[in-house]
Amino acid sequence: MPHDPRLTQAVGPQYTRILSLGAARGDLDVPNDDIIGPIDSSDEWIRQRTGIISRKRASKNVTAADLAVAAGSEAIEKAGIDPSRVGAVLVSTISGTMATPSVSTLVAERLGVGTVPAYDVNAACAGYTYGIAQADALIRSGLAEHVVVIGAEKLSEMVDPTDRSISFLLGDGAGAAVVGPSDEPAISPTVWGSDGSHWSSIWMTGTFQQWRDGELESFPTMRQDGQTVFRWAVWEMAKVARQAIEVAGIRPEDLTAFVPHQANMRIIDELAKQMKLPESVLIGRDIATTGNTSAASIPLATHRLLEEHPEASGGLSSRSASERAWSTAPRWYGSPRIRGGHFEPSPRPSQSRR
Amino acid sequence: MALTKDEVLAGLAELINDETGIATDSVELDKSFTDDLDIDSISMMTIVVNAEEKFDVKIPDEEVKNLTTVGDAVTYIVNAQS
Repeated sequence: MPHDPRLTQAVGPQYTRILSLGAARGDLDVPNDDIIGPIDSSDEWIRQRTGIISRKRASKNVTAADLAVAAGSEAIEKAGIDPSRVGAVLVSTISGTMATPSVSTLVAERLGVGTVPAYDVNAACAGYTYGIAQADALIRSGLAEHVVVIGAEKLSEMVDPTDRSISFLLGDGAGAAVVGPSDEPAISPTVWGSDGSHWSSIWMTGTFQQWRDGELESFPTMRQDGQTVFRWAVWEMAKVARQAIEVAGIRPEDLTAFVPHQANMRIIDELAKQMKLPESVLIGRDIATTGNTSAASIPLATHRLLEEHPEASGGLSSRSASERAWSTAPRWYGSPRIRGGHFEPSPRPSQSRR
Repeated sequence: MALTKDEVLAGLAELINDETGIATDSVELDKSFTDDLDIDSISMMTIVVNAEEKFDVKIPDEEVKNLTTVGDAVTYIVNAQS
């Protein structure tokens, strides 16, 4: 028989869904009173401007990878799949302590998923939603059956306690999702992008090379231009979120939940106001006792929302991120429920909402 | 048609009242947003964005930092309209 050089191209399932979530927060509660000294502030000032009462931070010996493994393990267990069916691990983080190797390869090894592709996504607060978008694409293109997406941060390592711009907002944590094939549409098109013109709205005080060469007074830490970020995070992200709802072919009143990045309670409140969402839409709010955990904030807030409102599982949710990069997409949300000691598939959207 | 200084002041006072609850007659040209009216940076930005829409002007982030008093904002908006 003559040799036919025709290539084989991977083909995957038509639809995907989020099967489960996992969460891990820093082991320490750090109330406002513990951090106000160096910034010459007060508990009241922080509560009024951010809605934060305390933030979760991790002990010195706990890394972002540790938090990622804890969240990822919970997500895999709740998905009810054998780890061998995970085809890729994506860790969204800006908290890697080394330029290489990646956090994700270490996490994949510790999750016991074998030698699957693993890579980090550096998109800060938008990182988790970037990861979900990529997981959806990897599965539908046939490159993976299931993908573990984790947002993990240890931001307490990146703050200057005397900084009044961002340090008091930040916390440590990880949120994870297992994305897998679905019989029906359950992740709508992601609206994503970046805006390099705002590259310096959130920044580091210097480079590691400057630190090495003695050109900095202290180790590089994060700063932000709060007013610029606030304007961007509310009014620009509201446009993006409305666009995501539109391309999903739904209306705001179809949503069960709206889970924005947990940047600041005032941003969440104003964003929800700008979105003109019906009263019936649940708003994900995790920041008051967790703080802003960047890439981890959306899965952590969603995890909390589903714990507090298990009836929301299977409903439509819209997640949005902010700050220089964004991604937002309404999704059918399904997380397995435990009943009588065994896993039960989550209700299909048609069962739960129609 | 461009609004007068008094009309912009009245409109701005309404926006400040909506955001903070401060009585409109307390919003005077010589009042400082932070020291006199106790408006924080987040509320200030909300007022700025709403002012952009109400008066159909652009107030860039770098200009917001220069708007110390109500009079600064009124002058900026009046000039930006023309």
